Amino acid sequence: MIDRAEGWRRRAPLLPALVFTIIVTQIPFILTLFYSLQSWNLVRPGSQEFVWFANYVDVFTDSQFRQVAINTVVMTLGSVLIAVVLGLLLALLLNRQFVGRGVVRTLLITPFLITPVAAALLWRTVLLDPTLGLVNFVLSPFGASGTEWISQFPLASVMAALVWQWTPFMMLLLLAGLQSQPSDQLEAARVDGASAWSVFRELTLPHLRRFIELGVVLGTIYLVNTFDTVYMMTQGGPGVASANLPFYIYQRAFLGFDIGQSAAMGVVVVIITLIAASFALRLLFRSFSGEEELT
Amino acid sequence: MAITTDTPTDERASATDEGQTPRKQRRSAANVWFGVIAWVVGIAFFFPVFWMVLTSFKTEADAYTPTPKLFFQPTLEQYEGVFSSGLGPYIANSVAATVLSTIFVLLLGVPAAFALSLRPVKKTSDVLFFFISTKMLPVVAAIVPIYVVVNQIGMLDNIWTLIILYTGMNLPIAVWMMRSFFLEVPGELLEQASIDGAPLWRTLREIVLPIISPGIFATALICVIFAWNEFFFAVNLTAANAGTVPVFLVGFITSEGLYWAQLSAAATIAALPVVLAGWVAQNKLVQGLSFGAVK
Repeated sequence: MIDRAEGWRRRAPLLPALVFTIIVTQIPFILTLFYSLQSWNLVRPGSQEFVWFANYVDVFTDSQFRQVAINTVVMTLGSVLIAVVLGLLLALLLNRQFVGRGVVRTLLITPFLITPVAAALLWRTVLLDPTLGLVNFVLSPFGASGTEWISQFPLASVMAALVWQWTPFMMLLLLAGLQSQPSDQLEAARVDGASAWSVFRELTLPHLRRFIELGVVLGTIYLVNTFDTVYMMTQGGPGVASANLPFYIYQRAFLGFDIGQSAAMGVVVVIITLIAASFALRLLFRSFSGEEELT
Repeated sequence: MAITTDTPTDERASATDEGQTPRKQRRSAANVWFGVIAWVVGIAFFFPVFWMVLTSFKTEADAYTPTPKLFFQPTLEQYEGVFSSGLGPYIANSVAATVLSTIFVLLLGVPAAFALSLRPVKKTSDVLFFFISTKMLPVVAAIVPIYVVVNQIGMLDNIWTLIILYTGMNLPIAVWMMRSFFLEVPGELLEQASIDGAPLWRTLREIVLPIISPGIFATALICVIFAWNEFFFAVNLTAANAGTVPVFLVGFITSEGLYWAQLSAAATIAALPVVLAGWVAQNKLVQGLSFGAVK
C-alpha cells in the first residue's frame, strides 16, 4: 500500500521529465490544430482569420497532396521492406563464424552512422552523377553509362540512399534475434537430420518473427519522417515526383509561408500516423514493456 | 543481450583434429565461403564511405575525372579550404547543441527512468506509453507552431532553441532505454540494502550506479548520434549564428559538381564524430533505437 506522501516521493523524480516532454512535444500539436482552422499567410500581415475547415477542404482537393501522400507510402514501406530483406540476409551471413567477423560488422554499420545530410550529398554527387559518378562507372560494362539517376528515377534514387543507410540497422536488430535463438534447439534439429532450409523455415523464421515486426515498425517510425535525404538529393523534384509529406509541408510553410494550409496538412499527417501507429504502438508496447522483453 | 563478436569456435579449432565428422568438415568449408561473401558485401557497403574519405584528400582535378582515381598525390588543401570558408563556428554550434542537450537528457531522464523501474509510480505503463507515443507523432506537424512561437519570442537562430528541442527529441528514447538498464539491477541487492537500513541515496550511489553506468554511457552516445545528425529543426530554425554542421553542408547543393573534393572533406568532418561514437556504442545501438526492447 502506497500512501500519499510516498506516492509523491516516488513521482518527484519523474515529474521534471514528464512536464518538459509535455510542453515541448504536445503544445506544438495543439497549436497546429488551432492554426489549421485559420487562413494565415506570413507574407500578408494581418491576413489571419478564422476559416473553420476551409484548409482541410483545400488539402483534400489538392492533387499534389495526394501524389505526395502516395510517394510517402512508397518511399517509407518500400525502403523498410527492402532493408529488412537485405538486413536478414546480412544477419544470416554474420551469424556464421568467420575470420574478421567483428571488422565486417563494423564496416556494415558505418552507412547507418553517416550524417544523413552528408550521405545524401555523397549519393547525389560522387555516387550518382551521370558522367563522373561511381555507380555509372561500375555499371558501364553493363551499358548503363550516362544514366541520369536523380532526374530519371528520383524516388528510386532517394530510396537507394535510404536503403543503404537502414539495412545495417535491420541487420543489427535481426542479428540480435538470431543470437538469442537457443543453440541446443538448432543442434537437436540438425542431429535429427533436418535440412538447413527446413531448420531456417520451421525454427529460425518463427523465432525471428517478432524481431522482423519490430524492425518494420521502428523503420517506419523513423523513415516516415525522412526529410534530409529528400532535401539534399532531389528537393522533392522534378515537380513533386520525389517529395514526401515532410518535405511538401516544409515547402508550403517555409517557401509558401502558408501557415494555415501547412498546419492542416500536419494535422492530416498526424491522424494518418495515429491510425497506423495505434496498431504499431500496441505491438511495441505489448512486446517490450517489461516481462516479455526480447533478450 | 550483447552481440558477441568473433570468438574462436570449437568448430574452427577442431578442423585440425583427426576425428572430425564429414558434416563438420562440410560446415567449416561452407563457413569459409560465407566469410568471403560477408567480406565482399561488407566492403561494398562501406565503399561509398571509403570513397568519400579518399576524395577528401584529392585535389579538385583528381576528384573530377571520368575514370575514378584510386592513386593520387594526397593533399590537405580541401580541409584547409573547408575551415577557411567558415566551418569552425558551425562545428562549435553542433558541439554545444549535442553536448548540452545530452546532459539535459541525462539530468531529466535518469531520475525519470528510476521512477519508472526500481521504485515505480502508479500508472507507470501509462507514462511509458505517453513517452513512446511522442516518437510516433511526425515532427513535421509541429514545425509550424514551433517556428511561429520561436519567432515571436525572438529565439530564431539561437542555439538554445536547438538545445531545448533536441532534449525533447531524445528524452523519450533515453527514458525507455535507461529503464531497461535499471530493470537489469537485481532486486535482491536493493532489498538487502534496505533491510540493512542503508539510506536510498547511498544504495543508489554504491549499488545501482556502478551497475547502470555502462548503460547511461550507451544512452548518452545514442543521444549524441541523434543530436549531431539532426537536420530538420536546424535548417528551419537557424541560420548563420546558430547553424550546425548539417546546415553548413546545405551550401554545397548550389555548387554541385564543381567542388567534390571539398564537399567530401566537409562531409567527412560532419560524419566523423558520430561514426566514432557509433563504433564505440555498436553493441548498444539496437537497444537504443528499439527503445530498450532488444538487448
